Amino acid sequence: MSRLDATFHRLKLENRAALVTFVTSGDPDYHTSLALLRGLPGAGADIIELGMAFTDPMADGPVIQAANLRALAGGQTLAKTLTLVEAFRATDQTTPIVLMGYYNPIHSMGVPAFLERAKAAGVDGLIIVDLPAEEDSELCLPSQSAGLDFIRLVTPTTDAYRLQTVMRHTRGFVYYVSIAGITGAASATDQAIADAVSRLRAATDLPIAVGFGIRTPAAAASVARVADATVVGSAIVQTLADSLLNGKATPHTVPQTLALVQELAAGVRAARLGATA
Amino acid sequence: MTRPLPNSYRTGPDAEGHFGIFGGRYVAETLMPLILDVEKAYGVAKADPEFKRQMDYYLADYVGRPSPLYLAERLTEKLGGAKVYFKRDELNHTGAHKINNCLGQVLLAKRMGRTRIIAETGAGQHGVATAAVSALFGLPCTVYMGAVDIERQQPNVFRMRLMGAEVKPVESGSRTLKDAMNEALRDWVTNVEDTFYVIGTAAGPHPYPMMVRDFQSVIGIETREQIMAKEGRLPDLLVAAIGGGSNALGLFHPFLDDTEIAMIGVEAAGEGVDTGRHAASLTGGRPGVLHGNRTYLLQDDDGQIIDAHSISAGLDYPGIGPEHSYLHDIGRVQYHSVTDAEALDAFQMLSKLEGIIPALEPAHALAEVVKIAPAMARDKIIVMNLCGRGDKDIFTVARALGVSL
Repeated sequence: MSRLDATFHRLKLENRAALVTFVTSGDPDYHTSLALLRGLPGAGADIIELGMAFTDPMADGPVIQAANLRALAGGQTLAKTLTLVEAFRATDQTTPIVLMGYYNPIHSMGVPAFLERAKAAGVDGLIIVDLPAEEDSELCLPSQSAGLDFIRLVTPTTDAYRLQTVMRHTRGFVYYVSIAGITGAASATDQAIADAVSRLRAATDLPIAVGFGIRTPAAAASVARVADATVVGSAIVQTLADSLLNGKATPHTVPQTLALVQELAAGVRAARLGATA
Repeated sequence: MTRPLPNSYRTGPDAEGHFGIFGGRYVAETLMPLILDVEKAYGVAKADPEFKRQMDYYLADYVGRPSPLYLAERLTEKLGGAKVYFKRDELNHTGAHKINNCLGQVLLAKRMGRTRIIAETGAGQHGVATAAVSALFGLPCTVYMGAVDIERQQPNVFRMRLMGAEVKPVESGSRTLKDAMNEALRDWVTNVEDTFYVIGTAAGPHPYPMMVRDFQSVIGIETREQIMAKEGRLPDLLVAAIGGGSNALGLFHPFLDDTEIAMIGVEAAGEGVDTGRHAASLTGGRPGVLHGNRTYLLQDDDGQIIDAHSISAGLDYPGIGPEHSYLHDIGRVQYHSVTDAEALDAFQMLSKLEGIIPALEPAHALAEVVKIAPAMARDKIIVMNLCGRGDKDIFTVARALGVSL
């Protein structure tokens, strides 16, 4: 069983949703990033979504754009991101890592080389924003042959007919983008999220994660009541950014960021207690 | 090379938007349904005589087409070689070829019931044209423009605002055209219900490269008729400047299957391709994926996009339209590059010789003509696309020449 399948299976038995935490790889530097990654499972992250830095993150808002630029300024590359995953795997064999980002750095490395190195490093899945179902032959199908899950984004603009196309080659879980927009911007209502999740449940047996616009433990909890995973990105990255001095890490960076993750995890873990009692 | 040649160079793109390995639809899922809608609506419009009638009407009475094909006699005499004709798209309303495309896209947006227009702009010419056509049809218009470009293209910023457009400065990344395009995409992904994104060049996700090329092909179609009327034959060489490449494709595309006609696309070499400060994606880049398409890009070893540099804001883009990448790889079109300094010389030369102040973009094409025409026989014919006028550039040129206005 893959790490992602095992994680969702275990959480189902525990009757709770997963907390998926997003951080940008190498933000603001490699060593801080590795320390943060190593601390995330202990702070309550069930799945780590690791952003691959790119100069032109078209689907991201200002908070994650800035994280991308900090990581690049700190010398981060795709190769170093894979090294980072490998270093994390040396001490953690169970927490799934999903790489999120844009296609060009992978295209530049070459798809076969990337897949081989990612698999060897211990990556579990990929979320590539600018590879829709229409371009499945580029990376989606090769990644699945290589044993990496390709996780597809579903959005409010994905209609019922298109949903079939989008779901066809999705593996691992489905990521529902709860708003039409960029990361860290608006938030969807609880009702809109609940409606979307039930629409997706009818179309797939895969676990359903919901992200975009989820900033607080309370918001994470309300998503965790209806979905299988709640994804928090910009709020964590903003907390990290607030701890920096002139763009550089301080002794507060890792503990402050992990403190927010603990609060989010507490929200997610308590979410269904009332409902099942 | 023994690669088989296609029967026609004009059949692209395929149904998935590919020109060979280039093009495609590399966008976020949120935008996929929107670009599929645009593709469908464009297919219907293209076959609708009423759409053609509207285009023809506004191109004639609002834009001022056909633009003249002008024999530059003093330039020809000075260069001492091939006859040089200019396709004078700088005489269009708003001063460049850009409006041919804006008109088509905004008419399409209206057919689709869209009520808000957005655009990106570099030099500001596409922004000005989009603002004009949006005003013409009473649609609110937001133009994203890099803060660096706003600084160097103040007159166009003021023009856009006069015509009622909102100009939003883009402070992210390198604060030029590519960042303006990122920001326009972020707007579109956020305002999916009512907004139409008018892309300014033959790039982006399918169907934009095809659609923009089609709207700009009026340039080549007119040129064909005009040169036949004046010379009784087709030209020997076509030359045009390339940022994204829409003016060049507009001129070249109707002639692609006339294989005896040579074509040269001129990229911006900035301070020189070997200095790293340039915008020549084909000469100094390699294939990658950005802004919805696979094409040649300026990028580092890690696939990070490198900032382009050119004195011309309109050429200051690290990519190029995917059909050019295809035409480059199959060898149908030659791509050369011209430096800032060479373009500045050509800019001044044309102003003095012909009394025409060109935009800095076609000044690049002209610099290439200046290099090539003297070596060609006097009975040869060159047509160069004079795709924009230089009013917007006088401040930039003055600064480069050390003149304070």
